[in-house]
Amino acid sequence: MKFLRWVGLAALALTVGGTAQAATVKIGVVLPFSGPNADLGHQIDKAFDLYVKLHAKDIAPHKVEIIKRDEGPPTGAIAKTVTTELITNDKVPLVTGFVFSPSAIALAPVINKAKVPMIIANAGTAWITNLSPYIVRLSFSMWHPAYPMGAYAHKKIGCKTAAVAYTDFPPGKDSVEAFKTGFEKVGGKVVLSIPMGPPTQVPDFTPFMQRVKDAHPDCLYGFIPSGAHATGLMKAYGEVGLRKAGIKLIGPMDLIPDNKLQDMGDAAIGTIVMGHYAVDLSNPQNKAFQAAWHKEYGPNSYPDFMSAAGWDTMHAIFDTIKKLNGDLSNGAKVVKAMEGWSTNGPRGHVMIDPKTRDIVEDEHAMEVYRKPDGKLGERILDTTKAVHDECKILKVGRCK
Amino acid sequence: MSHVATIAVSILFDGLAYAMFLFITSVGLSVTMGLMGFVNLAHGAFAMAGGYFVVSLTRSLGLGFVPSLVVGSTAVGLISIPFERYLYRRLYKSTDLEQVLLTIGLAFMSIAVFTYFYGPIPKSVPLPDWLEGDVNLGFRAFPSYRAFLIVLGAALISVLWYAFEKTNIGAKIRAAVDNRRMAESVGINVDRLFTLTFALGSGLAALGGALAIQLFGLTPSFAVLYLVLFLIVVAVGGLGSLKGTLLAALVIGIIDTGGKYAFPVAGNLFIYAITVIVLLIRPAGFYGRD
Repeated sequence: MKFLRWVGLAALALTVGGTAQAATVKIGVVLPFSGPNADLGHQIDKAFDLYVKLHAKDIAPHKVEIIKRDEGPPTGAIAKTVTTELITNDKVPLVTGFVFSPSAIALAPVINKAKVPMIIANAGTAWITNLSPYIVRLSFSMWHPAYPMGAYAHKKIGCKTAAVAYTDFPPGKDSVEAFKTGFEKVGGKVVLSIPMGPPTQVPDFTPFMQRVKDAHPDCLYGFIPSGAHATGLMKAYGEVGLRKAGIKLIGPMDLIPDNKLQDMGDAAIGTIVMGHYAVDLSNPQNKAFQAAWHKEYGPNSYPDFMSAAGWDTMHAIFDTIKKLNGDLSNGAKVVKAMEGWSTNGPRGHVMIDPKTRDIVEDEHAMEVYRKPDGKLGERILDTTKAVHDECKILKVGRCK
Repeated sequence: MSHVATIAVSILFDGLAYAMFLFITSVGLSVTMGLMGFVNLAHGAFAMAGGYFVVSLTRSLGLGFVPSLVVGSTAVGLISIPFERYLYRRLYKSTDLEQVLLTIGLAFMSIAVFTYFYGPIPKSVPLPDWLEGDVNLGFRAFPSYRAFLIVLGAALISVLWYAFEKTNIGAKIRAAVDNRRMAESVGINVDRLFTLTFALGSGLAALGGALAIQLFGLTPSFAVLYLVLFLIVVAVGGLGSLKGTLLAALVIGIIDTGGKYAFPVAGNLFIYAITVIVLLIRPAGFYGRD
């Protein structure tokens, strides 16, 4: 009996000693799993799951425990509640995900107080990273695609005048502001600006498109959240006959999410977007990413720019776990470890700018065309290397 | 035609098409509420189901869009019958709160079920060529899908009006709305009448849901997302009134479209402003009875 007790104690000591070295890192994942934008959450969630599945051995002997919560609608209220619970109840040392800017904005004070890093996998309002030293962004700022699009549209697409139409919430305003800044700097003129209702509901886009048609600009720069809105906008653009009227549709890549492109039909052909990812990017990491994705989720499921950012986000988190040997308890150290991190991912070469904790990535001008196999694809027209968030360089508005 | 007149005609046209969608989707809700005094918040779920049926019929079975509309809405109308018989009927005499709890619960369950089978990615339907282009009326081209909505809406309104005003069943329904006990005492089988109108209303909702795919795209959350809009149409029009629902749909559809065109900054202000003003002046809606 006594002998058995000793064995038990020894076993216990071994287990305790073992866990001290091999940590289980809890990661709080907050993404929209319900509502009209649920598929945005799934696009990132699938990338997270895939990365964890394929790379679990990279961080051995450490392990991750993913705790998922629903981000809810793009108002930030539910995201704030569930993330606060993750931090206080589940004691996660790190939260990630966050599709909507309002979620990240609402959470900044919580993050500051708790000193728990928030690794953003999507939310793109430029000034979010200025709200807290514990915010690191792997996705993009609205300015990443929108600002270079201004000059490109004027010089290469031939837009002398443009109308802007946007979903009326922070990233929409931000994207339009960025485009306008870049566009007017090279002599373009924005002749009409239309807010198209809140992000919570897809509106009937027709009256907005009619208004644009009657103003007759050279181009329409559109911003919508890339969920159900994208399909609705494209349909209305086609139906009202803007392309026939010679008004080109341009915007950030949110206009033509890869997983909805095939459904958009002929209306989408000729649309030119600026973005950091497309299924058709030809770098080897993207080829491998595509192959792994289709193997896991089937031939008809496509990753998109959100999935690509999600993949890199989990990659950065895994590298940080390795670098800190499984100890993520000090938030400041986690952020420090991520600063300057770089990789060749599906998007190509990306880096976290140590000064702004925001991503540096290549931006491609891409045109939608019909591929020989009958499917819609994106053709790369032009590439700008290593784009920083111009909002913080120019110190516009809240980016100071 | 002058520029302003062209714009006015264009707004009227788009507004009319939008109004037809609102009418088709809301009329069933209005009749259910007027006839049975039942608050059916799952109405949007039937609309959403109709949309998904049409997606499956066109995409998986290769049926044409228009035949799919007929099959899809008939199917939803039939499927709604057991819901009315076995679930709703139990709560006809309950309080509004209990009815709301049951039906909003059904709506949420339907969202989960359809997300499970169809996923959350927005769906679209393939349209026949004649609905894809536009109709040129000389001074301006109009999208043919919108023209189709208007024609279909007008046809449905005529049929419904005829059925309500000129047929025996229509007379019975009107009698039951006016005074249920009196209608029963003269031998009208009000229960069966309820089932019939409920199925008709759900079928029309399904048709509306299917027609909406081209406007909004279709996701499972359609079941609750536009419910407020339908409830506004019903409230402004007056419960149980065909005429009222039509008038409300027209007023809301056209003013909202015009507002979005002329003052996009105002957002949804126009819809809510109309609702408040109409209900202040006529608390029971255009044709409702106090």
